[in-house]
Amino acid sequence: MTKTINLTLKVWRQKGSKDKGRFDTYHAENISTDMSFLEMLDVVNDQLTIDGKEPIAFDHDCREGICGMCGCVVNGRAHGAEKGTTLCQLHMRHFNNGDTIAIEPFRAMAFKVIKDLAVDRSALDKIIQAGGYVSVNTGGAQDANAILVPQEVADLAMDAAQCIGCGACVASCPNASAMLFTSAKVSQLALLPQGKPEAAKRALNMVRTMDELGFGNCTNETECEAECPKEISITNIARLNREYLKAGFFSRSM
Amino acid sequence: MNWITGTLGSSIGKKLMMAITGFSFCGFLAAHLAGNLTIYGGKEAFNGYAAHLHALGPLLTVAELGLLTFALVHVITGLTLFLGNLKARPVRYAVNKSAGGRTVGSATMPYTGVILLAFIIFHLMNFHFVDKTDTTIFNIVANAFSNTGYVLVYIVAMVAAAIHVSHGFWSAFQTVGANHPKYMPLFRTVSIAFAVVVGIGFGFLPIYIFLLA
Repeated sequence: MTKTINLTLKVWRQKGSKDKGRFDTYHAENISTDMSFLEMLDVVNDQLTIDGKEPIAFDHDCREGICGMCGCVVNGRAHGAEKGTTLCQLHMRHFNNGDTIAIEPFRAMAFKVIKDLAVDRSALDKIIQAGGYVSVNTGGAQDANAILVPQEVADLAMDAAQCIGCGACVASCPNASAMLFTSAKVSQLALLPQGKPEAAKRALNMVRTMDELGFGNCTNETECEAECPKEISITNIARLNREYLKAGFFSRSM
Repeated sequence: MNWITGTLGSSIGKKLMMAITGFSFCGFLAAHLAGNLTIYGGKEAFNGYAAHLHALGPLLTVAELGLLTFALVHVITGLTLFLGNLKARPVRYAVNKSAGGRTVGSATMPYTGVILLAFIIFHLMNFHFVDKTDTTIFNIVANAFSNTGYVLVYIVAMVAAAIHVSHGFWSAFQTVGANHPKYMPLFRTVSIAFAVVVGIGFGFLPIYIFLLA
């Protein structure tokens, strides 16, 4: 027997980037506790559409927690209060009947609101672009052990590479800093031998771009690490600091 | 030369300046506390410590100028970071909730910093920039701390210092990139321990003098 709950939603509604925006109240009724948070919003949007009202705009894609498209701030927490989950993997069983839920977009100067809960996170793409590109050659694959990588190092690089670029680190950072994101992207390459030749240039360019885009400064609040759906560690931020300072003071890159 | 300003002027460069100056202040606090503890040895011991310190002459002036420079760097960089961080989120959240990362120290750094700056100016005016020709430093200190108001101001300031240090100390290690699975838990523990030592070590001195009087 499926359990259902009734909820009151206070949702941020904003027509576009120029609109000031406001909170509107909605009632989500007979919500199955097996639903994900996004499915709950789908139900609310169905009703809004039937009523001839504008549905709530929110970003989503895979709904499996691996694409990084979804994300809102639910009751003050990016992707909601569950640890290590994206919003699409947050299930309604974590809420109680009669709860009031405040839903806000990720807020940062570098993330402009497009509409309602959908924000423009292309600033994160610009940071990645500043890091350069990788060549993926076709043809016969190279011998598997031609470049030796210790398993432990490969694991650390994979931990960093888990970042899905959702922007929850920026959203949850009291300073709206993108350090955890940038550190994950720098680390996944800096840790591996293939990434070493361009490590200095990459660190310098990515940090410069991050600063130019209007993200805040990291003050080691560690909220990002606690909120990251992929549980990326702040040890990556320390690595980024090392990479950047090494590049700034000791490399030939300007 | 613009690679220097480029590197130091970036967000990570500014943090580096905060960390290095902060580390120096931690060292200063430890030395200052060690010196102040001579007060428990009585009037002679404390005045003797002051005399030895001043016997350093030009070395002391260099140290003072160094501290002043570091203080200016720490305050100006801190203020720049604080204003930059405010600007980075022009529309605030209606509901703010911590995921458990923040501590009392980390969340209040700019505010405890302002309290400390005000206190340091007050403290220097009380004990440093005063005429010491007809008196001794012990008499000045004993006179100041016979006043309950002074004792309270000092205790509040030392609580602020302890809170500031509790985040600043380990945070400086993280900033210079010294985050290591073997040592980071130690840095975080030492950070709290150092904060307690600073808070109680300095904070109890005014109470001791007050009770003595």
